[in-house]
Amino acid sequence: MSQRFRTGQGGRIDREQEIEFTFNGKPYTGMIGDTLCSALLANGVHLVGRSWKYHRPRGVVSAGAEEPNALFQLEKGNRTIPNARGTQVELYPDLDASSVNCWPNLDFDLLSVNSWFSRLMPAGFYYKTFMWPKSMWLKYEHFIRKASGLGVAPREPDPDRYEHSHRHCDVLVVGGGVAGLSAALVAARAGARVVVADEQSEFGGLTLASRAQIDGVEAARWIDDAVAELRGMTEVTLLPRSTVFGYHDYNFLTINQRLTDHLPLTERFGGREKLWQVRAHQVVLATGAAERPLIFANNDRPGIMLASAVSTYTNRYAVKPGSRAVVFTNNDSAYQSALDLNAAGVEVTAVVDARSDSTSEIANTVRNSGIEVLNGSVVVDTAGRKHLRSVQVMRLSADGSSVSGNRKSFDCDLLAISGGWSPVVHLNAQSGASPVWDDEAAMFCPGEPTQAQVSAGGANGTLDLPGCLREGAAAGANAANACGLEAKLAVPAAEQVDSEAILPLWALPSPYTRGRGPKAFIDLQNDVGVADIELAVREGFQSVEHVKRYTAMGFGTDQGKLGNINGMGILAQTMGQTIAATGTTTYRPNYTPVSFGAFAGQNLGEHLFDPARKTAMHGWHEENGASFEDVGQWKRPWYYPRKGESLDDAVNRECLAVRESVGILDASTLGKIEVRGPDAARFLEMIYTNNWMKLEIGKGRYGFMLGEDGMVMDDGVTIRIGEDHFLMHTTTGGAAGVLAWMERWLQTEWPEMEVFLTSVTDHWATAAVVGPKSRDVVSSVCDGIDFLAAAFPFMASKTGSIGDIECRVNRISFSGELAYEVNVPANYGRFMWEKLMQAGEPYDITPYGTETMHVLRAEKGYVIVGQDTDGSVTVDDLGLGWALSKTKQDFIGKRSLNRPDTLRKDRKQLVGLLTDDPATVIPEGAQLVNDPQAPLPMPMVGHVSSSYYSACCGHSIAMALVKGGHQRMGETVHAPLANGRVIKATITTPVFYDKEGSKPNA
Amino acid sequence: MSKYSIFSLVRNAISYHENWAAAWRSPEPKQEYDVLIIGGGGHGLATAYYLAKEHGMTNIAVLEKGWIGGGNTGRNTTIVRSNYLWDESAHLYEKSMKLWEGLSQDLNYNVMFSQRGVYNLGHNLQDMRDIQRRVNANRLNGIDGHVVTPEEIKRAIPEINIDQGCRYPILGASFQPRGGVARHDAVAWGFARGADLRGVDIIQNCEVTAIRQENGAVTGVETTRGSINAKKIGVVVAGHCSVLAEMAGFRMPIESHPLQALVSEPIKPVINTVIMSNAVHGYISQSDKGDLVIGAGIDSYNGYGQRGSFPTIEHTVAAICEMFPIFRRVRMNRQWGGIVDTAPDACPIIGNTSVKGLYFNCGWGTGGFKATPGSGWVFAHNVATGEPHELNRPFALDRFVTGFLIDEHGAAGVAH
Repeated sequence: MSQRFRTGQGGRIDREQEIEFTFNGKPYTGMIGDTLCSALLANGVHLVGRSWKYHRPRGVVSAGAEEPNALFQLEKGNRTIPNARGTQVELYPDLDASSVNCWPNLDFDLLSVNSWFSRLMPAGFYYKTFMWPKSMWLKYEHFIRKASGLGVAPREPDPDRYEHSHRHCDVLVVGGGVAGLSAALVAARAGARVVVADEQSEFGGLTLASRAQIDGVEAARWIDDAVAELRGMTEVTLLPRSTVFGYHDYNFLTINQRLTDHLPLTERFGGREKLWQVRAHQVVLATGAAERPLIFANNDRPGIMLASAVSTYTNRYAVKPGSRAVVFTNNDSAYQSALDLNAAGVEVTAVVDARSDSTSEIANTVRNSGIEVLNGSVVVDTAGRKHLRSVQVMRLSADGSSVSGNRKSFDCDLLAISGGWSPVVHLNAQSGASPVWDDEAAMFCPGEPTQAQVSAGGANGTLDLPGCLREGAAAGANAANACGLEAKLAVPAAEQVDSEAILPLWALPSPYTRGRGPKAFIDLQNDVGVADIELAVREGFQSVEHVKRYTAMGFGTDQGKLGNINGMGILAQTMGQTIAATGTTTYRPNYTPVSFGAFAGQNLGEHLFDPARKTAMHGWHEENGASFEDVGQWKRPWYYPRKGESLDDAVNRECLAVRESVGILDASTLGKIEVRGPDAARFLEMIYTNNWMKLEIGKGRYGFMLGEDGMVMDDGVTIRIGEDHFLMHTTTGGAAGVLAWMERWLQTEWPEMEVFLTSVTDHWATAAVVGPKSRDVVSSVCDGIDFLAAAFPFMASKTGSIGDIECRVNRISFSGELAYEVNVPANYGRFMWEKLMQAGEPYDITPYGTETMHVLRAEKGYVIVGQDTDGSVTVDDLGLGWALSKTKQDFIGKRSLNRPDTLRKDRKQLVGLLTDDPATVIPEGAQLVNDPQAPLPMPMVGHVSSSYYSACCGHSIAMALVKGGHQRMGETVHAPLANGRVIKATITTPVFYDKEGSKPNA
Repeated sequence: MSKYSIFSLVRNAISYHENWAAAWRSPEPKQEYDVLIIGGGGHGLATAYYLAKEHGMTNIAVLEKGWIGGGNTGRNTTIVRSNYLWDESAHLYEKSMKLWEGLSQDLNYNVMFSQRGVYNLGHNLQDMRDIQRRVNANRLNGIDGHVVTPEEIKRAIPEINIDQGCRYPILGASFQPRGGVARHDAVAWGFARGADLRGVDIIQNCEVTAIRQENGAVTGVETTRGSINAKKIGVVVAGHCSVLAEMAGFRMPIESHPLQALVSEPIKPVINTVIMSNAVHGYISQSDKGDLVIGAGIDSYNGYGQRGSFPTIEHTVAAICEMFPIFRRVRMNRQWGGIVDTAPDACPIIGNTSVKGLYFNCGWGTGGFKATPGSGWVFAHNVATGEPHELNRPFALDRFVTGFLIDEHGAAGVAH
């Protein structure tokens, strides 16, 4: 029979919509409006999982985020979700759930043998063993790992999409229970922009399970009306299924909204989750309070459930969580659960109340309804392996320290427990406050906020309905007023129910010898019991953080929501100190676990992970078969293979074409920064190592930038466009860093300088036309420029036009050839490129990529910063001391150049290498040694930074940094490779081609 | 104090574990010690342990302002490797690696050092050149490692995405088989227990508020638990070395930044090794408990708050999802931050200071955990003898004066 435990009426489920689902392969039915757990309970399924360490049978213990036991693997294949909390999984048609971490199945779990050996496995046992023999650890660990973990990660890529949304608001109300709704109503009526986020599918919080009245109507009705009113206001955003999981600085909060997980698989369209990042003027924390369990022997059996969860299942989900119940409490709130059970037709055998007396109205109501109330009594043990069968009750001594008398046994399959309430202070604590222990109420209350924030209702330790409504409304009014609005305080009315004080109890007294009886669990997921905490303390782990780490208490997916406060109480008890002195562990995000996909959002994949930068000519390169390489964020043509060509073939062809006729390279990616202002030249004097004051307008100069440590940081040609106006070129990968670096100097060190920096990299498209025929090509395309060598010498810069398009032509060269770099506004890049290609046709103009560029410059011994330098190379090390001004007072890094280490003669210096066999190319990254026969560690004298076959030279060439290399010309070094081969090479100058350097001046 | 073993475990099980002794005592501080170690993290406790074990000094106190192992020792992503580029770093970290390899037995405390290998991924041609260079250097320095292709990576880690069409495709990696992970808390506790056994006093909740000096030499400290005399003081306070240096009257070339990490919910084993990517800023391994342990890139601002910025987390998770698209449905359980002290050359500072008897061990940046035993070992030598060991001599503070920098930025990237 299906849903045997469904009550005949009531609840917020849709009885018209019966739906099917499966659990561990077995079919069941539930209703729309159910959670997975309520549906399982409706079917009488109580055993839902196994614990992590001992694999003890476990059942549903809560109805919310604190659930440690009811974790499921949902669905299969690419949509599977591990560790879903069944208490918060909305039931949908054909939902497929299975238990995690049991083998071969939930009912018969072989690893429950761990339970027999549990005495060998107290807290931290693994630190004391598995050490012998040493070589076996990985084997031991293999089995430990296999036994660990709960659910299973998907094996296929996620088909779903995740979104991000950013929002500013006046008031963010966290939690849509009655306190939150009251706050939102008052603030929104005052005109505030309000966001209300609640983790549940519907607003109302715990009050959804209440049978009380608000403003003279049923609470559920009042909630519906409040939500309807809020929904009608344009400035209000209601976010159901939305967990505020992080509270960062400056009232920045993160919210995870689940959009489709409640729908049948076939009806899931659009994004699965949305990550909201909200910056709120004011925050109202109305996150409610969570009930604590009581800690006694065998308190983990299926059928033992929080009293509030019992009420939620009976009232909200119309489920009888058992047939015969005992209620065990130390405070008044669980009496309501007894009444709720009674009303739902569940027999309540007894209310066991640890307090010696209970005289409040509700306690008397319970008594009057015929339920036996056992005051001054506690549950000391339970029976029933896979489902609770009975509980044993004993008398509690007056001082609460021991139990006495006969064990009285009560048959029951449901034990509703309440150990008091804990305000959900997580976000308050995350925001920077320290929760404060309230001894009388026996709870941690929110600490003094450090941000614009207020806690209201249960979150503030206020547990009665009128109090929640009152605090909520006041918080809403204050928040709106703080935003400069005028709020009218309107407090919804509810009947005040008096309650008596709680009797705080941590580890309950027990008839068993301390530490020797059955386990009493604190953290149900990680199987941390009272004895584990006592052991930790005995062994010196006395800080609450040590206890957590040693016992794994609170390390589970519930992050200790259920058990931690009890754990701290028991720690305090064991240590003989106050809970206030014991303190809490640190509350950190996430409040509940959040999909990685939600964090990543759409920032994934080829296009959005880090948007690739492509030049204006990128399409042309693609159409012409270029292979690309990533340089910084840019996609650069690497080489242009023709049919059947390898990389080497293509590069050899491209190199020869440039040297013999003309080639064309897309140089748009080089960083371009405009440096303007009256102090621009003075600024460059500090940034670069050489002189800039006297550079003529219309001329460029090559310069090095050093870090403060004197090491080469970036290089490039900067052109003086006007008296106060320079165009700086940087390396492709270094542009952003250089801009930030220069801004830092301007803003923090030289604020008196009047200099403005503008990144114009993307504004210009640049084609480098290179080779002996480049003048013919460029001059036939660019108008208004005299290209005669005398009129347009090397390192000059001129403006002209290509048709109607203005252009700037710089006569600079990174290849040692006659070369021009043509710049046009980026939108005309392809137009320019095609013009140049067309003009170059008679010369068989050859497009070439970065690989050929690398070879050409290496033939000339030109360095690439970042390849031939690594942050430890000076300008002198590169043999380019001429670039260091001898006359300038100062430049960045200058002082470091005179440090003893910088002046060392045996620094690694840039040299060329020639192999004996001209065809042998030493692999880049090879280390160089003098004696390849030396034992390890083998003294290394340098490494190969660049290495190629040079088609123009007809032999391999390499650049290397070698200790004292400048003084070692003609000497031999060896490159011992990983495969055992040793390549011998002779040290030489790094200039292999056109050693006189006449070609660029042609 | 009984030796830990399966036998002692069984023996104690019989007596319901009621007879275990404290792993370390919690004594009141004495008036005077031969050596004070300020900072009860892994490095400080290791220093005390090796001072006692290797140098026979036992009149030592470790002063910890909070609880031992509560700083970066308990916050890092537990990665251990020694495949550093520069000789100086390689020798130091390899010393540490060798100590790791026998540490559980040496300490008689299972620190769960698990040599499941470390991959450092390369995503562009320059990455691969750097990887080649580093692996070649490692090999000639006697450190294991080789360069692997994307296909070899895929064979070892079937879940990884080696699609060459993605934004930053994996072009290869260095692989150090002897690298791996260890249980971070256990490292602190194991060293604490080992040091305590040898007579070292471990004093928690004892914050140093001043460093006393006379005639250019230290004489002791003021603490929240009274003043304590000592002629030698070793400062090992990751995250706050500048604060302690200021107490001693000098400045450190150190910037302190937040560094964040996060874990997933526990899941069944899916990642059996360690994967690090500097280029996209994501590091991942899986703990024995089943959590995916993920390290983020450093937050760029300075600060002492043990929390970082959300965009850093977003970026790191995106990087992990790029590399492992299957993890998008796995959930992040918890995130946290620590404070890392970084030197301009991304290398630690270990050695003497201008104050006689005052030694500093700091600046480990984002990668100090792996060095814990080696750092303690060399620092113990330095403190005991007053002179640096050959292994830490290059890491002297005066290198920022001489210029003898060991710049690991180029090869090790921002994070180690």
